[in-house]
Amino acid sequence: MTLQVEHLTKRFGEHLLFEDLTFSAAAPAVLWAPSGWGKTTLLRILLGLDKPDSGSVAGVGRAAAVFQEDRLCPQLSAVDNVLLVLPDGKACRSAVEEDFALLGMTGEALTLPAARLSGGQKRRAALLRAVWAKADTRLLDEPFTGLDPVSMEKAAALLNRRCAGGPVLLATHDRAAIEALGWPVLRLDELKGGTGRPLP
Amino acid sequence: MKSKKKSWPARLAAVAFWLALWQWAAVAVGQEVFLVSPIRAAGTLLQLLPTGDFWARVAFSSGRILLGFGLGALCSVALAVGARLSRTVELLLDPVMQLVKATPVASFVILALVWVRGKDLSILISFLMAVPVLYSAVRTGIQSTDVQLLEMARVFRLPAGRRLRAIWLPAVLPAFREGCRTALGLCWKSGVAAEVIGLPDGSIGDALYRAKITLSTGDLFAWTFVIICLSALFERAFLALLGLAVRRVCGEGEP
Repeated sequence: MTLQVEHLTKRFGEHLLFEDLTFSAAAPAVLWAPSGWGKTTLLRILLGLDKPDSGSVAGVGRAAAVFQEDRLCPQLSAVDNVLLVLPDGKACRSAVEEDFALLGMTGEALTLPAARLSGGQKRRAALLRAVWAKADTRLLDEPFTGLDPVSMEKAAALLNRRCAGGPVLLATHDRAAIEALGWPVLRLDELKGGTGRPLP
Repeated sequence: MKSKKKSWPARLAAVAFWLALWQWAAVAVGQEVFLVSPIRAAGTLLQLLPTGDFWARVAFSSGRILLGFGLGALCSVALAVGARLSRTVELLLDPVMQLVKATPVASFVILALVWVRGKDLSILISFLMAVPVLYSAVRTGIQSTDVQLLEMARVFRLPAGRRLRAIWLPAVLPAFREGCRTALGLCWKSGVAAEVIGLPDGSIGDALYRAKITLSTGDLFAWTFVIICLSALFERAFLALLGLAVRRVCGEGEP
């Protein structure tokens, strides 16, 4: 599947966030821009949660996401939050737990309700939920926030192993994350054709 | 810092203080018709307890009041969901709920006597008392549901059953539980009041009325104590069951 974005324009009132944005992605890519340039808004449009002022999006299909916020069910454990989005969740429990172990989460951290996890642990759960979900396109908004450099390297390696087959758009302004992933970079400031301006 | 939770000895001492005051007042008044002593009221209650008539009345009134509450709970959940799904339903229901909430129980009882048999009056009155309280509680729960989680569910295309268990119920159940606590108390008070006016044979309300016309103040106090106990018992039992459900849903269960 190929993600197609054509002539996308989005304004917030008088403020032009981006204009005539056109690009496509059939494989994993990083969407880079400084903070406030509309990465999150663009991802929300791709997810169908926000509407553009003009332009079109095609080829998203079934999406999985890491949102700007973790958006975990607070009463469920990290593992159960991942299993929640899987049709055959129970069958995958041990495999999901192995992935959590790869990211450095084991033992009690896997059984505690998400409300009681640290920021980094929640982020790992949100990331694995997006990795495990059955999806045509994965849209990841700053998925490494709160992870230490070693965990970030591990998470990037996991993404490379598990999500190499289809379109993945990972929004970040973190250059260390871009290096760890080694994916092609789409620069939002260039895609904007120089018409966009950062939010004040 | 001292715990604010009262200890049992302190609670018992408080109860003993009021009982002693009541006993003193009863002795001071010296007329059982006006104020019966706690010892006399307890004696009357002990006489009532082994009789079949007592338990039949308890079953009669409890069954009807709880039936009214149960129907009210089902109806209020359905209406609150309807109001969530349709702005028109919400607009139509709001004045009705305000009206039901503000109307005196006595007005409902007298009007309802025209519509239903006295025997079923307490079902209707309990229902009417429960609906606005529980409707409001469920609405509050629905409104407190995390919008970001709902967006997440939409993106990941979670089936309706999982959305209900993982997102809606954890938000709604605690508010519903609090609503039930208030509604159950209201149902008992208004249900028995309805029986006192409607006078269905074999009800607690009927027993209260008989106590009044025969000036049996001991019976009046004993039955009042029974009503308080029944209300507290059913409230605790129901809230315990609901608490289990809340823990099961809001705990660390399987998705």
